[in-house]
Amino acid sequence: MANEQRLAAMTGNEAVAHALRQIDPDVIAAYPITPQTDIVQYYSQFVSDGLVKTEMVTVESEHSAMSATIGASAAGARAMTATSSQGLALMWEMLHIASGYRLPIVMPVVNRALSGPINIHCDHSDTMGALTTGWIQIYAESAQEAYDNAIQAVRIAEDPRVLLPTMVCDDGFITSHGIENVSLLPDEVVKGFVGEYKPSKFLLNISDPVTVGPLVLPDYYTELKFQQAEAMKAAKQVILEVAEEYAKISGRKYGLFEEYKMDDAERVVVVLSSAAGTAKAVVNQLRAKGEKVGLLKPRVLRPFPAEELVAALSGAKAVAVMDRAETFSTQGGQLFTELRAAFYDAPKRPLMRGYVFGLGGRDTTVREIGKVFEDLRGDLERGSVSEKYTHLDVRV
Amino acid sequence: MAHPLEKYLRAGKLPHIWCAGCGHGIVTQAILRAVDELQLDTEKTVVVSGIGCSSRAPGYLHFDTLHTTHGRAIPFATGIKMANPELRVIVVTGDGDAAAIGGNHLIHAARRNIDLTVICFNNTIYGMTSGQYSPVTPGGSFASTAPYGMVEPSFDLCTLVAGAGGTFVARGTTYHARPLTNIIKEAIKHEGFSFVEALSQCPTYYGRRNKLRAPLDMLYWYRDHAVGVSQWEKLTDDEKAGKFPIGVLKKVEHAPEFSRVYSELIARARERSEA
Repeated sequence: MANEQRLAAMTGNEAVAHALRQIDPDVIAAYPITPQTDIVQYYSQFVSDGLVKTEMVTVESEHSAMSATIGASAAGARAMTATSSQGLALMWEMLHIASGYRLPIVMPVVNRALSGPINIHCDHSDTMGALTTGWIQIYAESAQEAYDNAIQAVRIAEDPRVLLPTMVCDDGFITSHGIENVSLLPDEVVKGFVGEYKPSKFLLNISDPVTVGPLVLPDYYTELKFQQAEAMKAAKQVILEVAEEYAKISGRKYGLFEEYKMDDAERVVVVLSSAAGTAKAVVNQLRAKGEKVGLLKPRVLRPFPAEELVAALSGAKAVAVMDRAETFSTQGGQLFTELRAAFYDAPKRPLMRGYVFGLGGRDTTVREIGKVFEDLRGDLERGSVSEKYTHLDVRV
Repeated sequence: MAHPLEKYLRAGKLPHIWCAGCGHGIVTQAILRAVDELQLDTEKTVVVSGIGCSSRAPGYLHFDTLHTTHGRAIPFATGIKMANPELRVIVVTGDGDAAAIGGNHLIHAARRNIDLTVICFNNTIYGMTSGQYSPVTPGGSFASTAPYGMVEPSFDLCTLVAGAGGTFVARGTTYHARPLTNIIKEAIKHEGFSFVEALSQCPTYYGRRNKLRAPLDMLYWYRDHAVGVSQWEKLTDDEKAGKFPIGVLKKVEHAPEFSRVYSELIARARERSEA
């Protein structure tokens, strides 16, 4: 049974800040960057008002923010930070340290395009660039999902089978600054759900001294990376277990992805985050006309749920995968190429095409997504894909 | 009738993004007046900036300009100067950009004495991201991340750069607009690392949290607390309390300049290899 929840109108950033307040981590280190800034700014008010016990460290760059978070986490604290875009890029070195040290840091990332040239609006080039850093990645469509994901991420990251840092991502400005109704769980329910962080090994445990991050040469490095890969595999089951438990306290169900009107869908759009909301509107419009269309919205990109995605899409005849970031591989977006690879062993493969869309905050409306479904119709009639990978809504 | 400085502006980029009452327009104007009075060749002048309110300035300037990443304007500028020492390179930066995320670059450029003119628009706050405290936010003052007052000690940027080896260090304010122009002129003419701290009011995110609600209040604060350097030297320690000096605080002529020293090194190495 769902708890007594409080419905409030707030931005995505405010919703995430409240999730953090309810989690009440021991340490938060941060540096301001648009469009993430609000999260930590709200949080600094909570700290100053004595609503949380967190030690807040305002550092001089994002590199230092992640470094301080790592230090705190290794010491045995539940430690968090938040960032966007260039901030995440500047953390690059430290992202690998966090995952390599197996520190369950949770970090909200408000997706924003990478420079250059400088742009402050949404695309996914920042977190797509971090797919190989050993972090779990969870994406949110709405402020509600961003809130729910942040809370679940603590349990996922800290699970002894996982112990991997986790990014919880939502779309810059669209979600971070847009005001929506958000259902907040009671504080004590969240506190009960996340529990107390009890690391098995940590630096401040003087009765069991350990060293963190010492030199490992060819003798053990491979095994450590193998263990990280195994932990990432284990995370898939943990994410589902945590989601199931979260549904009990919230009434909101989460999986590795969301299927929207997929039962008999022949033409399917696959897209992450806020654009999925727009795609749902298009699906509704086309369904009203009797067209068999559906949407699949991935929630978890690391670990990549390849088998589950293939199974979910096995009934589709034509699939369009929309990526909000370029890879410059000339082969399409990251999600597109990974999903195509996942289908390599599948007995039945739908027609599949990729789009790169919405770069640097370019608005993607029902019109553009309607065009994607039209392209899929053309492919189905033709029996082949007209163009494997294209840019949506671009001046050439 | 066109404004005499309009030729230095990208009119199509205006109006600027700065808030009403912001001091950054005054500092930008001081730079342009200095450029105009020195009759600098705009074809040989490059303006480089990082990220923040200050760093939007070059977007409005009709020079070769480079808008870089947060904190890194000085390394980009170092590359430009080393690639073509004939160019005059002006760096426009802010206190968060130069003193926090880019602090390391600031002290090392000063140490090398490379011929850059760094103009730091110091509004003592992260304005672009709505008023978090920076490494120069005065102790006790309020910021969005310090709702009960700033408890960290702050940098004195001029002392920092002078200590790091900068050969021209000066401070001005937006209240003292004309002297600021003269300081910037002198900084540009100086061969070596020149640093100008231009105190610039941020009424939106600093002033209204610190009992300086109107832009004029902040300008008057500069008027009442800044002391010309020649007068400053005559003050007792008690008289100096709560005040700060403006003007040229350090000037070392004829110190070896990095790009020149490096060119000489190349010439020597070539001579040796040809010998």
